[in-house]
Formats: sequence, structure tokens, C-alpha cells
Amino acid sequence: MSQAALKHPKVNNHIRKTQADRVFDIVIYTIATIMTLLALYPMYFIVIASISDPNQVAQGNVLLWPRGFSLDGYRHLFSMSNLWQGYLNTILYTLVGTIIMLVVNIPVAYALSRRDLVGRGLFTFFFIFPMFFGGGLIPTFIILNNTFNMIDTFTVMVLPFSVISYYIVVARTFFQTSLPGELWDAAQIDGCGNLRYFFTVVLPLSKAILAVIALWAAVGHWNSYFNAMIYLRSPDKYPLQLVMCNILINNEMAATAMTGSAAADINRKANLIKYGAIVVSSLPIMTMYPFVQKYFNQGVMIGALKG
Amino acid sequence: MEYRRTVGGKSTWEHIRRNWGLYLLMLPAIVIFICFTYLPMYGVIIAFKDFRPAQGIWGSQWAGLKYFERYFNSYMFTNTIVNTLVISLYTLLVTFPLPILLALMCNQMYARRFKKVFQVSTYLPHFISTVVMCGMIIMFLSPSSGVIPKIMGLIGVQTGDLMGNANAFSSIYVWTEVWQHVGWDSIMYIAALSSIDLQLYEAAEMDGANKWQKIFAIDIPMLVPTMVTLFILRCGSLLGVGFEKVYLLQNDLNIARSEIISTYLYKMGLKSNQYSYSAAIGLFNNVVNFIILILVNGISRKISDTSLF
Repeated sequence: MSQAALKHPKVNNHIRKTQADRVFDIVIYTIATIMTLLALYPMYFIVIASISDPNQVAQGNVLLWPRGFSLDGYRHLFSMSNLWQGYLNTILYTLVGTIIMLVVNIPVAYALSRRDLVGRGLFTFFFIFPMFFGGGLIPTFIILNNTFNMIDTFTVMVLPFSVISYYIVVARTFFQTSLPGELWDAAQIDGCGNLRYFFTVVLPLSKAILAVIALWAAVGHWNSYFNAMIYLRSPDKYPLQLVMCNILINNEMAATAMTGSAAADINRKANLIKYGAIVVSSLPIMTMYPFVQKYFNQGVMIGALKG
Repeated sequence: MEYRRTVGGKSTWEHIRRNWGLYLLMLPAIVIFICFTYLPMYGVIIAFKDFRPAQGIWGSQWAGLKYFERYFNSYMFTNTIVNTLVISLYTLLVTFPLPILLALMCNQMYARRFKKVFQVSTYLPHFISTVVMCGMIIMFLSPSSGVIPKIMGLIGVQTGDLMGNANAFSSIYVWTEVWQHVGWDSIMYIAALSSIDLQLYEAAEMDGANKWQKIFAIDIPMLVPTMVTLFILRCGSLLGVGFEKVYLLQNDLNIARSEIISTYLYKMGLKSNQYSYSAAIGLFNNVVNFIILILVNGISRKISDTSLF
């Protein structure tokens, strides 16, 4: 859809540009350049600070390129077993959680997209209502804790919050707009049931939406810390983001009790480790993103259509 | 639904029987939703009870509106409501129009390679996790080693300890939010703009319109339905400022301006185990949000014919 504007050359290429339009273009491209730099600089700074001498960073000498090249931060990171345990946990939660989300949400979206589903309005309401109203944190916690005994389990990280109304809406819109109704009619005449039709016809035709939902779910799991903070107790189950929270926010490594130059030195080293930890934890998504971005954009656009 | 009306009662049953597979496809999600989303909605009645874990949700004694009254009468009531509203209105005011401007600007760029780089770099911060984002904010603003005070120092501005300055909290929250999400939030508008019929522009050019006039006469009117839909959704969460970012940015020095409903509720509920009190605050919050959503949606349906439902 976004390609449409690109393929057709704009008419004003043929008509001579006016003075005002030329000024307009210069202003637009200048602002856009500044914004691009502003968007990228903080991330660039993290990277150069993570490979510089911590004293140079603290003095404000590292602004445009690394100074006093050192890999001490990363060397220390490799010895932090809780970080790598967190990494491993996050990979597990992300893999299992994403699969569960696909298995749970996609079939619902398909069923709701079928006009001949009796009770369609009711089921749609059932799945959409929680987007606008919910029990809230405490009742959810009590149900998970007292009724299901799920506190501090692997399950709590992947199962209870796997039904996402928004994913269902987006996928339902996709099925409604991209699967021709005649296909189901034809399949029915050949004696194909709903389940076989879904697995052998619908799913192979819907790789785009599967990719979109899988990517959204994976990024969501990778970046989430809230559920882990509420529902996990033992540190060996912590996902990466909770470990990062302890490093970055709760200052696990900083010398808060000490004073003087020793403390300052330790704090600088702690900062170096923080920069490195940010790089290490964000790298997978950041490097993957440019390659899969078209799926993300597609998904947002499908969601924008009213279904 | 129309189909049902024509075929009548008996065939409806026949229809359900024939489509049993569809119900089977929905079953896992229905079970999960009932257990973990609808059951907590029932559990919200503890807001009207003196909840004791040993007695369970149903067995606990009724307390009437005791906990609501306690919240309304506590000094934290005004404090949390005001802080929440300040942060959310400020956020809405800034982060609602900026993506529209960005999309309008993006739509004016014809250098393909440049546009691509621009889009990818402005979307990228969206994928940074909240934890890392807050870590970055705290480090960047640190008065002793942060990069922002250093840069500001170069141009002769003394910032002081921004994270310790309660009055700066909402600005820090909002403008970092802009940095992280403005590009991503513009995608929807860019999509809407790219679906505009090019003949409209051609016709406008025939009439001698310049770029500004085309933006005001074509682009902006075409974005209105998207704007209204997104605006209604945003209004539905006016009291629902995200817990995660505020909680992570809180410290003892800025707490006067950074204690919002959701963080207060979390501390009351899970840190000091006042389940019923906390559930009452949560319920109050959700009901207010829901009412605002319905109101804004109704008003919008009257004025602009665009609504969610």
C-alpha cells in the first residue's frame, strides 16, 4: 500500500518547481536529517560508550567517537552468570510464549472471520470486551496465586496472558479481506471439513499474518518485565529484562554505601557494564528489525482497516 | 446474522452442528480467557469485601464501600489523580499531533533511499524495552556522568539533577516517549496518506495549488477518520498511564509528582498486601476510563460519524 505513492512519479516532476516549493523541500529535508540524527544518536552513544575508557566517558570526552578503546565492560559481562541465565530464560519464554500465542489467537481470528458462525456477535464481544475493561492487577494476582497456584512457575510466563484481543482483531480483518468466500464453498462441496480447511488451506495462505503476529508476540515477550516482576520469585527464573532492571535501575553493582574516589571509580565501571548490558540485551531485536520491518508495517496497516 | 433469520430455529442448530470445528478452534482461547481474564473480573468484588486469603473471594466478609471511601478521603487521592492527569494530558497533547506532522512530512519526501533511512531510524527506538529505555534516561541525565548535562554544559546551560527534580518528571516522561514512539505511531497515518488517489493532487495542481495548499486541502482532511479513531482510543486510557515506565523512573526525590494511580495501587496491593483497598482503587480507575471511552465515542459519533462501536 505504501508502495503505491512511490511507484507513480508525482506530477510536480513535470511542472517546474516554484521558488516556494524549493524552499519547502529544503526545510523538509533539513528537519528530517536532524530527526534521523536525533533518533540514532542515543543508540550510537551507548555503543561507543560501551567500548571506551570509563573515565573518558565520565569526563564527557566521548561524544562522537570512542576514546581509550577497552573491552573491559564486555569482559565483565561474560562473567555475570545471572545475565546469561536471564538470556536463556528469555529465549525460552519467547519461543514457547510466541508459539502459544499463535496457536491460541490465530484459530479464534479465523472462526470470527466466518460470517456463518452462529453466535458470531456474542463471541466477538467476548474477545473484544477485555480491551476496554478488566479486573485489574490485584484480582488477577489473587486468581493466579490462590486459585491456580501459578506463582513462580514457567507456565505463568507463557500461558495466562496469551490471548491478545488486538492480535485477534488484526488477524480477523486479514482473513476477512484476503480469503475469498468462494474458496470455502468449493472446499465444502469437495467434502472438506472446517478443521481440515483451516489447516490445509487457510494457514498456508496466511503466512503474512502469521509472521506479523509471531514478530509482535516475540518482541513483546523479549521486552516484557512486568509479569516477571509480579509473578516470579526465584532469581534463576528471571527473564533478561528483570535482570537488566536490577543492573540498570536498582543499581545492583554500584557502590552506594561507599564514598570518595573508590566509590566514584566503581560507579564508572558500573556504568561501563551498564552500557555493555544494554547493547547485549537489545542487539537481537535491533539487528533483526531492519530485515523484518516490512512485516511490522504490514501488520499495523492491516490493523488500521476497519473490519 | 441475517442468514440465521432466514433459516430459522431448527437450521440454526443444524448450522452449529455442521460448524463444530469452528467452535473447537476457539476453545483454547475461550478457556484461557475465562480462567485468567473473566475470573479476575469476577474477583474484583473483593473491592467490596474484607478479603482474607484463607476465606477466599466468596467467603470473605462484605465491607460495602469502605475501601472506596478510604481512597477518596485519603490525601493520596488528589495527589495520584492530579499526577496521573497531568502526565496523561501532557502526553496526549504532545504525542497525539506529532506523529501526524511526521507523516505529513514523510509524505513530502520523494528521495526514496533517504525516506527509507529516515523511516527505519525513527521506528527503531520503538523496539527498545521499557527497562532499557528507563536505564538510558537515568544514565543520560545523571548530573555526574550523564551525556545530556555534558552536552548542555558545552552550550552553557546548567541542568542540575533532572531526575531529582520533581517538576521535571512529566517533561522527562513525555519527551522521551516522543523520542521512542513518534516514528512508530506515524505508520498508521503514512498508510492512510499513501492510499490517497493521486488524481486529487493532479486536480489541485491544475488549479495552481502549492505544496502547503495541497497539504491543508487534501492530506489533512483525508487523515481525519484515522485521527478520530486513534483519539478515541487514547481518551479511553486517560487514567491508565502506563505503570512500567513511571514506576522505573520513580525515586524518592521525584515521588511527589511521579506517584500515579497504577504505581500507588501496586504498592498498596502487592507491597503492603492491602488487597481489597488496592482492588477498589483499580476498579475505580477502570470504571472511570470506561466511562470516558463511552462518552468520547458517543460524542464523536454525533459530530464526525466516526466511532469505535
